Amino acid sequence: MKHPDAIVIGAGIVGASCAERLSADGQRVLVLEAEVVGSGATAAGMGHVVVMDDNEAEFALTRYARQLWLECAHQLPAAAEWEPVGTLWVAADDEELDAARGKCAFYRSQGCRADLLSAQDLYRAEPKLRPGLAGGLLVHDDAVTYPPPVAAWLLERARNRGAEVRTGVRVQALEGGTLRLMNGDSLQAGLVVVAAGAASLRLIPGLPLQPRKGHLAITDRAPGFVHHQLVELGYLKSAHGSALESVAFNVQPRATGQLLIGSSRQFGQTGAEIHHALLSRMLQRAIDYLPGLADLSILRTWTGFRAATPDKLPLIGPAPDREQVWLATGHEGLGITTSLATGQILADLVAGRTPGIDPTPYAPARFLSAEDERSSIPEAADVHFH
Amino acid sequence: MSTSIEVFVNSAPVEVKAGSTAAVAILVAGVDAFRLSPSGQPRGPLCGMGICAECRATIDGVANQYTCLRLCHPGMRICTEVAAAGAGARGDARESGCSE
Amino acid sequence: MSDLHPSREIVVVGAGPAGLQAALAAHDAGARVTLVDASPEAGGQIWRGGHPPSRIAARLLGRLRDSPVQFLRGCTIVDAPKPGQLLAMHDGNPLWLSYHRLVLATGARERFLPFPGWTLPNVLGVGGIQALAKGGLDLAGKRVVVAGSGPLLLSVAASLPLYGAQVPVIAEQASLSHLVRFALGLRYLPGKIPEALQLAWRLQPLRFQAATYPVRAHGDMRLTAVTLRSADREWTVDCDYLACAFGFVPNLELAELLGCTVREGFVVVDNWQQTTAPDVYCAGEPTGIGGAEKAMAEGAVAGLAAALLPEDANSPVSRNLHSQAAPHLARRARCHHFAQVLERSFPLRPELRDLPLPETTVCRCEDVPLIHLEGCSSWRDAKLQRRLGMGHCQGRVCGAATEFLLGWPMQSVRPPLSPVPVRLLAAAALAKADDSNPHPQTRPGQ
Repeated sequence: MKHPDAIVIGAGIVGASCAERLSADGQRVLVLEAEVVGSGATAAGMGHVVVMDDNEAEFALTRYARQLWLECAHQLPAAAEWEPVGTLWVAADDEELDAARGKCAFYRSQGCRADLLSAQDLYRAEPKLRPGLAGGLLVHDDAVTYPPPVAAWLLERARNRGAEVRTGVRVQALEGGTLRLMNGDSLQAGLVVVAAGAASLRLIPGLPLQPRKGHLAITDRAPGFVHHQLVELGYLKSAHGSALESVAFNVQPRATGQLLIGSSRQFGQTGAEIHHALLSRMLQRAIDYLPGLADLSILRTWTGFRAATPDKLPLIGPAPDREQVWLATGHEGLGITTSLATGQILADLVAGRTPGIDPTPYAPARFLSAEDERSSIPEAADVHFH
Repeated sequence: MSTSIEVFVNSAPVEVKAGSTAAVAILVAGVDAFRLSPSGQPRGPLCGMGICAECRATIDGVANQYTCLRLCHPGMRICTEVAAAGAGARGDARESGCSE
Repeated sequence: MSDLHPSREIVVVGAGPAGLQAALAAHDAGARVTLVDASPEAGGQIWRGGHPPSRIAARLLGRLRDSPVQFLRGCTIVDAPKPGQLLAMHDGNPLWLSYHRLVLATGARERFLPFPGWTLPNVLGVGGIQALAKGGLDLAGKRVVVAGSGPLLLSVAASLPLYGAQVPVIAEQASLSHLVRFALGLRYLPGKIPEALQLAWRLQPLRFQAATYPVRAHGDMRLTAVTLRSADREWTVDCDYLACAFGFVPNLELAELLGCTVREGFVVVDNWQQTTAPDVYCAGEPTGIGGAEKAMAEGAVAGLAAALLPEDANSPVSRNLHSQAAPHLARRARCHHFAQVLERSFPLRPELRDLPLPETTVCRCEDVPLIHLEGCSSWRDAKLQRRLGMGHCQGRVCGAATEFLLGWPMQSVRPPLSPVPVRLLAAAALAKADDSNPHPQTRPGQ
């Protein structure tokens, strides 16, 4: 492709979603990927599609995104391992059960299907949980998926509309709409979308992004061990706190019968090595909730980097101070869930349409100081905020 | 060299030479499909040296042991996945020798 | 003997010919040595349960028994999270090993190539059936077809009758002209392989078929027969077992996890068997397939160097090390010649790439057929998109196959190097905190 309308940097699920939506608007899209499709945080993450209610903007984005997932779920390839298992938030004690009650009321008030589970209901739903838990909250329409094939599927749709995907291509620098590649070539487009996860920092130094390392482990097949995505209610403290290190119980049943075990969060780490002290804590936490897990085999452990912003909301929209450059990054631990919404919102803004939800909370410009805000919104951002 | 020991493969007693591996005990018991692959193909040992994972079975209640790397001891209880799957389908774990 | 590093701690991974030699040489040079192996016995694949044990094997194993070298059998390396530390599984429990220097003697595994029926029970490796026979399998009256490539075919075929088996045919894929050149190249080498060759050629002249390879294994729940092909014909042989492998591939997982440079499939080492990773040495098959003689020579050099090379790379190498290593260096040079002969003698014929049908399983753990790999660009791509190499063996079998079939080098080794129970990794950090003395020799219960 000689003269693409848009270049998307990053063929993770977010970049793939942007490419898919932009191509649906008739743009000639070129996707550049340093490794292979879906190989960064897309491969490293847990692959949950969840509605989260920590704050209004997060809730709006995840609910909108989950709706988009549910609309296309029947078209996903088998390799996407779409499993509409729901999320079961586990309450360890009465205090957490109260929190679950509050969450349940909120979800229902917003039209999301959710049920409060008594202790008895909880053990009927998940007999392998340790005794003595107080109950839980079941959010029905949440799902788990294996994201790399979803990224490939989105890109295939884009390709069918004329998009091109080049893998093994590293972008060295970005100057306006001009990209300098590691191999010395340069490329140009009127619109450049940076969707490179935590690696976006390398292309745009100074972005309000911090890599937040996570550890995961996957077991051998153990079909029927659990039936829902299980999360402790304390998860939100781990995800939204800013502690240097935290772990929370999060186990998913995969379509293969394997169990994916998370989660951990670490700031200030850049190496991919396994940090055994943290991995041990994370696995012990999982065993605390699911004692039988101890005897299953772990096939692999790995780490990945979430791109975390200070307010834990993504960056979707024009990059401040940079003509022609747009951002689709900063999704922290919700990149899989929110990928489809990100692509849609970005394409809507580019096309001048009103997005399905208010995009203001995700606008990259929110991190500018009030002083230089006015002067630095690029022309391309001449869109209709409502 | 000629001393033999008794182990149990899927609950059935089997005599093996001292120094035999658990994989050998399973074969001596006449079982050559140790396990089923995810799509249900029968599988037996391939490498014999702890690489391929095809010979794994439950030994003394511990699942996923590489039977080619484990020496038999008197009374060792070995349960193959195929037997466990069959017993599971019948709802009878005892019969498979896997019950604890 | 070493006045320089009286308490240098050395961990040797793998207790085959290379690891045994390395451990004993390092011990003799004054180091404190821990030798670990995943198997229940020392000796590696070649010497384990020998029938009868070779003299050299008996001598080394005897020396190990009599030495203070700590031998941890049934000990699997799980991870190498930082320099100087290994996490292992020993008797089902986590065990941290600390080292000043590490010698990798991880040996090799067989290369398996997919063809229709290769996943049937009773189709196994050449070394595989030998390992089971050494492990006590009675082959009396069993018909075993031996196929694939490499000198191991002959030595195993020659040994199988000792376990009662009949070998109706030995099918070597390499051409006769290659084999003749190999035989000529062996003139100057001692060891078992030429003996086995002579034996096989003398006893079974009609059963040895060069330029012949298996195209299909037959059976429903188990193997019943195999179809072989040579240039001019295809025929089917009834059998109880098919022992089939196409040479060796080195076990590189730990070396890769440690960041050692690997070139053309082998660990890069210098004259002292040092890898590019600091304080990590490597000996035997991982540096180049060459058999036990080469492994022992390299192991001795690695063990001596690990014990005696100064910390500072600019310091002069002691005369002591030079003089002790000299005979091993000379022997190593001769063996490298053999390794080159070996490499040239058994080139895999391109027709082997055409054996798997589209529906033939390539990844046995995840049941990934060849056709599912269509459209993938690399090992990692196929792993992410088609589950290739995602199962229990972690790509150790299908990795070598797809490298040959599709030209994909394997990437991204991840801990644990072998599957371990969740409880082990959950307890790993605690095990370290409890381990006030880093040397495992002092741990209770050992």
